[in-house]
Amino acid sequence: MIKLFFSGVIIGVVGTIAALYYVPAVDQAREASVITVAPNGGNAERFHVNIPGDRIMLGAQGRATALPEGMLWPEDSVLDGTQAELFKLRNQRDVVIGVASRFAVSNSDIGSVVEWVVHLPARGSLFAVLDPAMRDGGRDGVLRGGTGEFSELGGGLSERWVAASADGADGNDGRIELVASYVSTRVQESPDDAGPAAETDE
Amino acid sequence: MKILLPFLLPLLLGIVCGVLIAAGALYFNPIAMGTLSPLAVSGRQQVVLNYSAVPGEAIVFTNDGESRTAPQPSKVSQLWEAPIRQTTVLVTALKDHQGSTVGVGVKFSSLSEATRLLNNEAIVESAWHIALPRQGTLQIGQTENHWNYLREIVLPAYWNAADSWKGNWRGLLSSGPNALGTARVYGGSGRYAGTLLEAAEYLSATAYSARTGPVAADGQLVIELPQDQTRVAGDAEP
Repeated sequence: MIKLFFSGVIIGVVGTIAALYYVPAVDQAREASVITVAPNGGNAERFHVNIPGDRIMLGAQGRATALPEGMLWPEDSVLDGTQAELFKLRNQRDVVIGVASRFAVSNSDIGSVVEWVVHLPARGSLFAVLDPAMRDGGRDGVLRGGTGEFSELGGGLSERWVAASADGADGNDGRIELVASYVSTRVQESPDDAGPAAETDE
Repeated sequence: MKILLPFLLPLLLGIVCGVLIAAGALYFNPIAMGTLSPLAVSGRQQVVLNYSAVPGEAIVFTNDGESRTAPQPSKVSQLWEAPIRQTTVLVTALKDHQGSTVGVGVKFSSLSEATRLLNNEAIVESAWHIALPRQGTLQIGQTENHWNYLREIVLPAYWNAADSWKGNWRGLLSSGPNALGTARVYGGSGRYAGTLLEAAEYLSATAYSARTGPVAADGQLVIELPQDQTRVAGDAEP
């Protein structure tokens, strides 16, 4: 009896450890990425936000109607000229794959700023700073950094407003299209570069 | 079956004891993560941003709509789609050490598949998007470990007969991605344009409800500035 009891204890301890080791505590749902090879090197990925359906929040001073309904945006003067938006983000198959925030700030202290943070839960986050000046109906910018699979990627991000077709069949006014272009920032050392350093060390 | 019962009973009892011993060893593990960031002993100038970590006090808080913590305001769009179901978004006013609003921040937090309960790691991948209109904009990427928070606040609240926890807890959330466990900060514009900085996020809690989530809790972001930055409102000495 005692032997059986202690055998059970060992089975319980080992079984718990094995379960914690092998059974994932978190399992994120994934959508296959739709990434294309850019003609001038690197890769490109397109996202979009349907407006108004995918807009979660629009916060700015002096707005007559808050989005979402019931939101209390801080009425501090320090936030004059600051607009913050929050969106659900879709891939080219029109599937929601993440969330994103957009800041547009314009004041005498820091000038005009347009920025995006794109958060894709199973993949990581992208941080982009855009040129506030419109060019060809949109804005272009650079990727400042990222986390997860984007942590070693540089490149650019552009935003464009695309109006919906006249019939408005999908119920949206239009969509914001984001195109991210990825270029690896990892410096690869060739064997020739590594050689002299290795010799010096010796 | 009657013949096997005398053998099965001590075996099952032993298995239950084994599971409890393993769970207890995990819970009482004395070498769990520390609560001090290397930024706490840094001599560099720092920006300290405070915010309320109670979802009900946020400008906007949203999640899958089925969690114990209710979205704020109630009519906000919920993150019910499968790829974002384990994500929360907090939009909050950011205050300096005097309690004055200096900006607004958006925090995205997603449960991470890097979670290893066996190693005392309850990992959350998070990203902050911060606008300090008088100073500049910042983007923060970090890995958080919520193990101590779960162990010292959330679980005791569930075990408490009143479904609540009260006390005085302060813990470090940041655990990466930098080598010393600090968060990576990318300066976007203004005085921070082009800078690569470090940060640490702390959470202080005094009350938690197992039914509704945090009741009284404050978050704090400590961002270390480069040495040549001049002092402006909102900065604090280390």
